[in-house]
Amino acid sequence: MKTVSSFGLTLFASVLLLAAPGRPLRADTDCLSCHGDPTLQDTNGKSIGVSADKFHASIHGSLKCSDCHKDIHDYPHPDHPAAVQCETCHADEASAIAGSIHAKASTSVPGATGWKAHPCTGCHGNAHEIVTKTDPNSTVYPLNIPKTCGGCHGDPAMAKKFHLPNVYALYIDSIHGFALGKEGLLVAANCTSCHGSHKILSHTDPQSSTYRTNIPRTCGSCHVGINEQYQQGVHGKAVTAGNASAPVCTDCHTAHGIVEPTSADFRMQSTPICGSCHRDKFSTYRDTFHSQLGLLGGYTETARCWDCHRAHEVLPASDPNSPVNKANLIATCGRCHAGANASFVQYQPHANARNRKLNPALYYIRLFMNLLLTSVLTFFLLHTALWLIRSRFQQAKSKSPGGKNA
Amino acid sequence: MPDPTPTTAAPTPEATIATQPAAPEQPRYFLRFTLGQRCLHAVLFTTFLVLAATGLMMRFSGSIWAIRFAKLVDGFGTILFFHKFCALVLTLAFIIHVREIVARGIFKRDKSIFWGPTSMVANWKDVKDLFGHMRWFLGLGPKPRFERYAYWEKFDYWAVFWGMVVIGFSGYAMWFAPFFARFLPGWALNAALVIHSEEGLLAILFIFSIHFVNTHLRPDSFPMDMVIFTGRESEEEFKNRRPDEYQRMIAEGKSATRITDAPPLWLLNFSRVVGFTAIVIGLALLVLTLSAYIAG
Repeated sequence: MKTVSSFGLTLFASVLLLAAPGRPLRADTDCLSCHGDPTLQDTNGKSIGVSADKFHASIHGSLKCSDCHKDIHDYPHPDHPAAVQCETCHADEASAIAGSIHAKASTSVPGATGWKAHPCTGCHGNAHEIVTKTDPNSTVYPLNIPKTCGGCHGDPAMAKKFHLPNVYALYIDSIHGFALGKEGLLVAANCTSCHGSHKILSHTDPQSSTYRTNIPRTCGSCHVGINEQYQQGVHGKAVTAGNASAPVCTDCHTAHGIVEPTSADFRMQSTPICGSCHRDKFSTYRDTFHSQLGLLGGYTETARCWDCHRAHEVLPASDPNSPVNKANLIATCGRCHAGANASFVQYQPHANARNRKLNPALYYIRLFMNLLLTSVLTFFLLHTALWLIRSRFQQAKSKSPGGKNA
Repeated sequence: MPDPTPTTAAPTPEATIATQPAAPEQPRYFLRFTLGQRCLHAVLFTTFLVLAATGLMMRFSGSIWAIRFAKLVDGFGTILFFHKFCALVLTLAFIIHVREIVARGIFKRDKSIFWGPTSMVANWKDVKDLFGHMRWFLGLGPKPRFERYAYWEKFDYWAVFWGMVVIGFSGYAMWFAPFFARFLPGWALNAALVIHSEEGLLAILFIFSIHFVNTHLRPDSFPMDMVIFTGRESEEEFKNRRPDEYQRMIAEGKSATRITDAPPLWLLNFSRVVGFTAIVIGLALLVLTLSAYIAG
């Protein structure tokens, strides 16, 4: 590593440039004669070396140094040249980023910059080595994006400091992260697929792609078929009608840690999600064999909510297209229970034995069984307790050899 | 109910007794339960313990111990498999038992099964014994003189009998639900689970508290009444526990048909191990049941 003092650098460059005074600086010969040394650092210890090969291969390789470093025309140049203004060319991206959460965080949150060093290079990497986003070496190539965003959002200290969920780890283990990272699927959702790139907005902003009621559209940009089904169902219709409490994709699937919905893990964890709104239905479901089997695991095919009600196109039982419409029950139950008939489907998967009005027969059967249980146990507990006391008393009284037979 | 006392066959000839010298220091032993009856009890309690353990895990499937155990045995499938397997074994034992009653009571016209001192059917003496026993608990009267089967033993028998029918029928209705739905209305399938689990809980709570104490843990039998394992009891025990039966045996001159050898040591030790294990498992299940109840 070499640190050049300001004086030494100036002297060295002056001698070099004496031959052609007044000639405009040329990247190859002039700037790179100093900056071509990759170990070159300024007085602050910041690397100011530029790799000639990488620069020429980069998307900006045809530009002259002074196209971006506009304040440097000649040598000697100021010790600390002005920051490069990318918006000169990239005006749209610059205005998008100016309205983004990253820009807001740099002004509104104390201690936050919203980006590491520079609004652009924070994500796009070394300014002299930027390649097109379709190049696998690009920091914003789809397969590299999680790592790029994860540079900040995978840092537990940063997440803790700004009260952000540590989303990187969740994403990497998710079905999207697996498809992207392990399977190398370019079409798998990366960070920018849902959040956008330059104009990333807080999920609390109604303009945001991750604002609650915009989520179905965001996910639906890939999952077109599922979104169509969802929009036909009661939940999609409620969201469209402005009911903000109706569930959107992320309520059931979560946002970052999305797991394979047919996996045992998801089947084990998901009924309470529906139950968090449908409390009464969840409670009556818990009384059934379906739930008792389901809770213990290892038998995940047991009916969960959406096995009967569907996951996305949820329809009221009164709708003839609903799988729980009376006309469709034999087919719906028959998916698991071979031989289900008209009588079999009268079984109530949400029967409430505690409700006399809704389920009178069940209510009285439960009452009878409870009375039987309590009366038998009460009588015999009393009977046996008295017997115990009497036997003990008898034993103490007669220590005779026959005491064991009192 | 089959009587262990064979009325026709005499396994021990009179001659055996006659050759035995009168030795007061050597206690005589009498047979109370035949090998078949002891085996029936063994099958009953073994399958019942497994059915109770697996059933409780399903009934209280939200409890930590149920979920832990389910994970240990790779989930629910294993639990249900053992539940169904033991249900089949117990059903088979029940059918064999009923077949024997029918064979003896109907085909051989052995009326002692249905009434009389050796029958399991309750009679007026049982009512008197119940009240007499409770008067004795309170020190208000003498201890009743019990016959072959005391009222609480008859209750145990009929509780199991009724439980077998109720739990068995509701269990099979759930197992083969589409088949049973051909004869039963749909709500009966809802009722089946309520009946099955409530009756199962009653059986578990009753057996592991009342039956254990009445038969094994009360001071007179503590820690275990071995007669259901060895089938034999000493003359003194017999005389003290069921004086009316003893008296009847002497009066009918049938003591020779019931006399037997002392239980061999290996059988006693084996029975102690098996019985003690069963009681410990039962009490552990009782604690788990009560804790799950309290936890909600």
